[in-house]
Amino acid sequence: MTSRRLPPSPTVRVAAGQGFWGDWLEAPYRQVTGGAIDYLMMDYLAEVTMSILQKQKTRDPTLGYAKDFVPLMERILPLLVERRIKVTANAGGVNPRACADAVAGAARRLGLAGKLRLGVVTGDDLLGRLDGLLARGHELKNLDTGRPLRDVRDRVLSANAYLGAWPVVEALRRGADVVITGRVTDTGLTLAPLIHAFDWKADAWDLLAAGTVAGHTIECGAQCSGGNCLVDWERIPDLAHVGYPIVEARPDGGFDITKHAGTGGRITVAGVTEQLVYEMGDPAEYITPDCIADFTTIRLAQAGKDRVRVSGIRGRPATDKLKVSIAYAYGYKAVGTLVYAWPDAYQKASAADRVVRQRLKDLGLQFEAILTEFVGADATHGRLALERAPLDELPEVQLRIGVRASDQAAVDRFTREIAPLILNGPPSVTGFAGGRPKPEEIVAYWPALVDKRMVEPCVEIVEV
Amino acid sequence: MKQRAVRKPRRVRLLDLAHARSGDKGDTANVGLIALKPEYYPILVKQVTAARVARHFKGMIKGPVERYELPNLGALNFLLHGALDGGGTISLKTDAQGKVFSTALLRLEIEIEASR
Repeated sequence: MTSRRLPPSPTVRVAAGQGFWGDWLEAPYRQVTGGAIDYLMMDYLAEVTMSILQKQKTRDPTLGYAKDFVPLMERILPLLVERRIKVTANAGGVNPRACADAVAGAARRLGLAGKLRLGVVTGDDLLGRLDGLLARGHELKNLDTGRPLRDVRDRVLSANAYLGAWPVVEALRRGADVVITGRVTDTGLTLAPLIHAFDWKADAWDLLAAGTVAGHTIECGAQCSGGNCLVDWERIPDLAHVGYPIVEARPDGGFDITKHAGTGGRITVAGVTEQLVYEMGDPAEYITPDCIADFTTIRLAQAGKDRVRVSGIRGRPATDKLKVSIAYAYGYKAVGTLVYAWPDAYQKASAADRVVRQRLKDLGLQFEAILTEFVGADATHGRLALERAPLDELPEVQLRIGVRASDQAAVDRFTREIAPLILNGPPSVTGFAGGRPKPEEIVAYWPALVDKRMVEPCVEIVEV
Repeated sequence: MKQRAVRKPRRVRLLDLAHARSGDKGDTANVGLIALKPEYYPILVKQVTAARVARHFKGMIKGPVERYELPNLGALNFLLHGALDGGGTISLKTDAQGKVFSTALLRLEIEIEASR
């Protein structure tokens, strides 16, 4: 293949294949085989995923990316080549080059040498540059708490700027068939193919906002096509074979949300609206590296069965900052559970909770937090549920106690205080098959902003 | 006999007027509340104020409640600050990511005028 800009085409179909790392493994395959698409978009990176990947890379420099991506690509690469479907995926994590090497290896094993070009987007990783940035007065203050990063600098595990669509566009313009990125925004992975296909300009804010809203709509996979949909949920058909969403976009920024024929799930105005408000802040200011999208301008209309038409979207110029996702070692936590049976299940669980708390107090252990929930009574809706629950008649209640501390020893000691209750606490208790709770290291998230000019995205092309 | 419609206030749960989805941003949960019918949206705007929602969740969240309006979608967006015990990986809550604050809000009862 040669480098080229595609001429503007009437519609471009971008299909969502993964809404997060761990999403349904069949979804990308079904998107590629279930009907015509132009691009397969896969979002792998949640807020703390980068720190997990950073740890893996520290242990083994060939790791640090979403490993599931490689066998998945091995499965679908021949189909992608045959059908000329391109891929945008942030599966590269903290090691996009290693991810690309692994995909290239898989492609060669499939006899695709000479038939495939990979794009690799890096430049998001700021871990090695943090001290330089701090020394130059970039405080990287926590967006939620206002604290400067120097407070936790020695505990930082990863730091990545969110890149937008443009480096992905560059990779596509240079002929990449599969673009593998580090921390590129979820929305950028959908916006980039549209910019590329329609040759949208860098200051076409309404169009960039439209592509961003398209990205937001499908970035959580089936969550806009019937999954986790509250409205009329009992009648949403065939979730076992749920169709993942497809953006069918036009050069003027209008687009439809649809899915392949014959798949399960449902695409309606109500369901798409649920996804639009998901993880929403100020709807008039949805800020990405590429633009500010105004969600109060979105118009939705049912345009057929399983087809919602989206139009009217307005955007504003992007800011001069990029969000930085920093992960740092926070402390330790553990959660222990036991199940109490009728009669008086809730009262027994409450009594057991008091016993545990007294014993922890007697031991003089210091915790930042001890949280008790009674699953079956108040774990999801707190006192709002408890006020109405028939507490004397609950068939069973799971006692769930969690602790958090900076001191690992305190958390370790807590994990030994659950099992004894089976024989020395309140009666009718069971459900300890899982053994002692496991202490967990807490890797916490530190959102910050950095000047855009401090970050230089880098695009490489790898010929397979 | 012809009956005259009498407007009389009636208590209803939000569950009967709206659907919702919630998620997280750090220690903040957001709840998008969506009118089931266009004519319900003005009722939500009038009755489901930030103060009302803050009272509903009293003791369950540590920070303030903010409200944004999306008349184009028939939706209100609420930000519940300090709702997630630190949020994300720090939180000890079952619902560390605020996924079910949506239906917790739908438990709220409001008064509407209804003909009967």
